[in-house]
Amino acid sequence: MQDVKTNKKVIDEGVEAGLAKLTPEKIASVINQVLEKETGARFKAYVQTCMRCGLCSDACSVFLSNDRAPQYSPAAKVKQTILEMINKKGRVSREFLSDAVRIAHTECNVCKRCSMYCPFGIDIAYMMLTVRRIIHKLEITPLYIQDTVNSHAATGNQMWVKQDEWIDTLQWQEEDAREEFEDLRIPLDKDGSDIMYSVIAPEPKFQAGLIYQMATIMHAANVNWTMPSTPGWDNSNMAMYTGDFETSGRIARIHYEAAANLHVKKIVMGECGHAFRSVYDVGNRWVGWTAPPIELIHAIDFYHFLLTTGRIKVKEKYKKSVTLHDPCNISRGRGLHHKAREIVNILCENFIEMTPNKEHNYCCGAGGGVINCGPPWKGTRMVNNKEKSRQLKRTGAQVLIAPCHNCHSGLEDIVEHYELGMEIKFFGDIIFEVMEKTIFEEGN
Amino acid sequence: MHSFIQFITGPMVWISFGICFIGIVFRLLQIFRLTREKENFMFTFLSVKFSLRSILVWLVPFLPVSTRKSPVFYAVSYIFHILLFLTPLFLLSHVILIEENFNLSWWTVSDWLADIFTVAVICALIFFAIRRRMVPEVKFLTGLSDYVFIILVALPFISGFIAYHQFFAYQWMVIIHVISGELMLILIPFTRFFHMILAPLTRAYTASEFGGVRHSKDW
Repeated sequence: MQDVKTNKKVIDEGVEAGLAKLTPEKIASVINQVLEKETGARFKAYVQTCMRCGLCSDACSVFLSNDRAPQYSPAAKVKQTILEMINKKGRVSREFLSDAVRIAHTECNVCKRCSMYCPFGIDIAYMMLTVRRIIHKLEITPLYIQDTVNSHAATGNQMWVKQDEWIDTLQWQEEDAREEFEDLRIPLDKDGSDIMYSVIAPEPKFQAGLIYQMATIMHAANVNWTMPSTPGWDNSNMAMYTGDFETSGRIARIHYEAAANLHVKKIVMGECGHAFRSVYDVGNRWVGWTAPPIELIHAIDFYHFLLTTGRIKVKEKYKKSVTLHDPCNISRGRGLHHKAREIVNILCENFIEMTPNKEHNYCCGAGGGVINCGPPWKGTRMVNNKEKSRQLKRTGAQVLIAPCHNCHSGLEDIVEHYELGMEIKFFGDIIFEVMEKTIFEEGN
Repeated sequence: MHSFIQFITGPMVWISFGICFIGIVFRLLQIFRLTREKENFMFTFLSVKFSLRSILVWLVPFLPVSTRKSPVFYAVSYIFHILLFLTPLFLLSHVILIEENFNLSWWTVSDWLADIFTVAVICALIFFAIRRRMVPEVKFLTGLSDYVFIILVALPFISGFIAYHQFFAYQWMVIIHVISGELMLILIPFTRFFHMILAPLTRAYTASEFGGVRHSKDW
C-alpha cells in the first residue's frame, strides 16, 4: 500500500530487517510447518468450503473505506495470503511476504464481523491470525508491535513498566484521589479481597488519571478490592495478535496466577477490549482452561452492577449528547452491548444510536493490533478508517463513549484526521463526573 | 453403443452413488479424526443448541443481516439450491426409473412444472456466471474452477431439458445427461461441492463460539 502523504510504499524497519535474513528454504519450511502441523480440520474445511461468493465484502470496513476495491475484501485477503502459500507449497518470495505482512497486520482488524456475513460462518480472522503466526515464525512482524510483545515477554506488561514505577504510580494516584475521599486507599496485594482490579500498561504509563477515577468509584461503592504489586496487573496481550501464542498464553497465565495468589473471588478488568479477548477467550484456552479459572468480568459488567444496585448513585445526568461505540471484543466478543446501553441510559440524558451497532458495529479501525503497528502505518490506517469516520459523523453526537483503550486511541486519530470534533470518553470518565461522592453503606 | 448406454445407466449409477456416499462418509470420518487428533477442544465448545439456532436462522430468507445486504443474490441462491435438489428428486421420469427397478415410488411434480424448475436452475447458473464477471469483488476471487463448477451443474439440467423435449441429438443428450449427473455425484465429496456437507459444520462451530462463549448472535 502507498502512504497517503508521501505516496511511497510504507517502510517498516522490523519487517525489512527480517525479510533480508530470509532464505527460500527457511520461508518454505516455516510456512509448511505451520500449515501442516499447527492447523487441522477446521483450517482445511474453511479453505474447502469457501465458494468465493464475495458476500463477506460488505462486512469489512477496510473494504468499504477503500471504495470497495476488490483486494480489500476478507476473502481476497485470504486469497492473497494463505491460499497462495498453500498453492505454492510455501515457495513464496520476499515481496509476497512483505505484502502478506501489510494485509494480515494492517488491513485486517481480526474483528470477526465477516464471520457474521459469510453464509457458512467461515472464521476469516482465524485465517489472518494463521498468516500472522507464520509472519511471527519468520520474524518479520512489524517493529512497533513486536517491541510491545518483547516487553510482554520480559516484564509481564506491554510498556516496559518497572515494578517500582508501577507501585509508585498507584501510590501517587492514591494520594491525589484523597482529594475526593480523605481515607481512600488503593489496596496493594490485599489477600482475600472480593475483587482484583487489573488494567493495561498504558494506564500507569500515560493515563494514570483513569486509576484515580476507578479508585474513587471503588471507594464510593465500598468495594473490598485490591491490585497486585507484582506482574499480572497488566491484562493486555499483543502477543495474541502477532501469533506469538507461547508468550500470549504465558502472560494470560501470569494474570490469573496473580489473582490466585491473592485469593480474590473475582477479577474486574478496566475498559479494554483486546485484553478482555485475551483473558476471557484466547489466552486462557492456550493455557488449557476452557473458561476463565477465576470469575472475570469487564468494567461494563461491573459498572452495570454498581449502578443498578445503587452502590453508585447518579447526582445529575450527563447533559451532552452521547453516542456509543460497541467494541468488537466485548459486544461481538461477549454480548455486553445490552448492559452498555442500560448504563448509558442511567448516566446520560441524550443518547444517539450509531448505525450499524451492537454485534454489527464496525471495528474502531485500530483493533486487532493494527494501531500497535505504530507510526509507519498511521497514514494508511486513516484511509482504511474512512467508513468508520462516516458512521461516527452520521450520529452528530458531541460525545463518543468508547469502553475500550484500543478503540479510544484509534477513534481519537479518526476524530482528529477527519475533523469530527467529538469528545471521546470512557464510561469511567462519565461515571466519575456524574456520581454522588458519598460512600455506599450496606442496607442503605 | 448399446452396451455403453447400458453401462452408464446401469452399473455406473450404482458406482456413482457409491462413490458419493462412501466418499462423504470417508471425508467426514477424516475430518472427525483430524479434529480429535489436533483440535479436540472444538468438541468442548460445540453446542447443539447454538448450532441449530444459527443454522435455522440462516435457513430463513432475509433474517440474517447479510442476506438483506445482497437480496437479489440470496433470493436467486435460495431458489437455486432448493430446486437443485427438488427437480431431480421429484421428476416423473426419475421416479418411474426407480419404480421400474425397485418398485419404490413417491410424489412427483408435473412435467410443465419440472420444465419451469429446470429453466430456473439454468437461469440461476447464468446469473451466477454473470455476477462472477460483473461484480468486482467477486471477479477478483473467481478462478477457472468456479466456471467449471457452474458448467458441471448446468450440464445435466440443460441436456435433460433438451432430451425431454427431443429438440435434437436425443441419444447424445441422454448420454451427456447421465454422465454429467454421475460426474457431479462422484465429485461431491472431493471438490468444493462438498460445501453442502461442510457448510453446516463450519456454521455450527462458529455459532457455538458466538453463542456459547461470546454470548452473541452470528447473523
